[in-house]
Amino acid sequence: MTSVKRFAGLLVLSACCMTTQAFALGGETDMAAAEIDRDNINSLQRGAANFMNYCSGCHSARYVRYKTIGKDLDLSEEMLIDNLMFNAKETFETILASMPAEDAARWFGTPPPDLSLKARVRGADHIFNFLTTFYVSADSPTGVDNMTLPGTSMPHVLWELQGYQAALFVEHESDGAVTKTFEGFEQVIAGKMDSEDYEDFVRDTVNFLAYIAEPIRSDRRKLGVWVLIFLFFFLIISSMLKKQIWKDVN
Amino acid sequence: MARIEAEIGKPQGGFMKWIDDRFPLTKTMKKHVTEYYASKNFNFWYVFGVLAMVVLVIQLLTGIFLTMNYKPSAAEAFASVEYIMRDVEWGWLIRYMHSTGASFFFIVVYLHMFRAMLYGSYKKPRELIWIIGMLIFLVLMAEAFSGYLLPWGQMSYWGAQVIISLFGAVPWIGEALVEIIRGDYSISDITLNRFFALHVIALPLALIGLVFVHIVALHEVGSNNPDGIEIKELKGADGIPLDGVAFHPYHTSKDLVAIIVFLMFFCAVVFFAPEMGGYFLEHANFEPANLTATPEHIAPVWYFTPFYAILRAVPDKLWGFILFGLSVILPLFLPWLDRARVKSIRYRGWIYKAALTIFVITFFALGWLGTQSADPVYVRAAQFFAIIYFAFFILMPYYTTIDKTKPVPERVVYHD
Repeated sequence: MTSVKRFAGLLVLSACCMTTQAFALGGETDMAAAEIDRDNINSLQRGAANFMNYCSGCHSARYVRYKTIGKDLDLSEEMLIDNLMFNAKETFETILASMPAEDAARWFGTPPPDLSLKARVRGADHIFNFLTTFYVSADSPTGVDNMTLPGTSMPHVLWELQGYQAALFVEHESDGAVTKTFEGFEQVIAGKMDSEDYEDFVRDTVNFLAYIAEPIRSDRRKLGVWVLIFLFFFLIISSMLKKQIWKDVN
Repeated sequence: MARIEAEIGKPQGGFMKWIDDRFPLTKTMKKHVTEYYASKNFNFWYVFGVLAMVVLVIQLLTGIFLTMNYKPSAAEAFASVEYIMRDVEWGWLIRYMHSTGASFFFIVVYLHMFRAMLYGSYKKPRELIWIIGMLIFLVLMAEAFSGYLLPWGQMSYWGAQVIISLFGAVPWIGEALVEIIRGDYSISDITLNRFFALHVIALPLALIGLVFVHIVALHEVGSNNPDGIEIKELKGADGIPLDGVAFHPYHTSKDLVAIIVFLMFFCAVVFFAPEMGGYFLEHANFEPANLTATPEHIAPVWYFTPFYAILRAVPDKLWGFILFGLSVILPLFLPWLDRARVKSIRYRGWIYKAALTIFVITFFALGWLGTQSADPVYVRAAQFFAIIYFAFFILMPYYTTIDKTKPVPERVVYHD
């Protein structure tokens, strides 16, 4: 048994290495947490509507089928067709953008990326921060820049809801070099929503993006519990078998 | 009928005899299973061989089903993996088992190798078992590397780009060598196709062949044990080693418990953390390979990072490549580097115990550094640990000679 104990110590040690690494990967420390609730089906339904209304004009989610969304989010075929499928006839189709990719590349300099897996690449927090930190910038062709993804070619599509905000910078001078530090945002033009409602809107949308990145997630977690319970019982039986067989060994 | 029986005699012994007359079934079962005797004091460290077999089977079976839906083409590979994840019935489970299996393969194999270092399992008469094992490890690395290109994500592409370009450091033939490996001037559809062929046919065949030979060699000399005693030297009147118990049913029933515990860890990852925080499935690999955009930070999967850290620690490209190769190959020579008269750590002196502890810390440190960016501070640290890594092997003939060993008992010892 001592070797098991020693190994447990080793495991703890490596776990510690892993956690410090996880923090290192997090990197951007000043990022706000998205605080999405993946099991909240209403939030996901609202997010689906937000996505179809505001994102799917330019962005595809080409690995995601309407049918899967309907099944996972408790939406009937009629509801899908009437409320979500602006760009498709059959529910087995995947989400394709309305805008032709070549035109998009010409208009924006780069085609809007497919969003099927964006939440798995960047993480929900990153997308949440991206959608909340657009600010007015005279230097940019779209009139806005982004604090989370500086130099983005995406215009502030949700300006109607959030309004426009300006970023306040404070200039510091040391050793002749001028550095700018970000101090905060200031609302310039009001939107239809106050900041709390807007954050909820973005949260629902990000929740939906996290869902489409891995639609099977909640199923696999539910199944996993049963698998582990089964293995646990199997472990008890096999331990008893082992004891029985070994009882005549000194 | 009766006439024939009268002439050639009634069939005796039934079906098994019929088989045994034509194939050594009973003989093989006895030799390798029911009458293969291994020490009865095997501890926790002795389960990783059988667990490696379990992972091999998991990888082979899930691999077959993945191949049914995967498309080895640069245009379709990424989409076909997402198709498996979303549209193929239970495809997500098969894929997560395979991706998790890859990492668990290395966890289990590293622990299996560490066991050999703890108890001197590579020492005479088991040198050949160790060498075959090291070959298995090399093939496994190639198998993992070729497999990692197949999803055709950003990290698949750029990781392969970095590693394959290493061969360009070879003098004279470097560039030609790189072209031969890629089959093209850059990593392309052609590279993907040949890596697929290697991953699903050539390397698994080599792996299975080597595992078979590994076990044949093991059963010829017999398993080592935590005391490093040759149990065959003390046999009872019945010819059975006094400290041995039959592989079946004794060790098989013990292994079954170990397999279930292993499956609990394995399933916990498959069902609750298949990405393992970006260690088992890297975040950047959920983005399709993009030939025009390099990821911010290219890091190999965790199981290659100790060696990758050594590679990056060397400023010169050729020497980096040589030391990288050496760091992988060096353990092969352990049977001759280790001059201690005893096998097991239980009877070795403090020097080897200290050296092995430092080696483990070094291996973890290098592994962690390999996941980090090539920041000068990290490179310095990697240089420091790389020196310790090589010193562990190169100085071994010296420190194992002067290390004071304790007398080895005649019979195996139980530790609670």
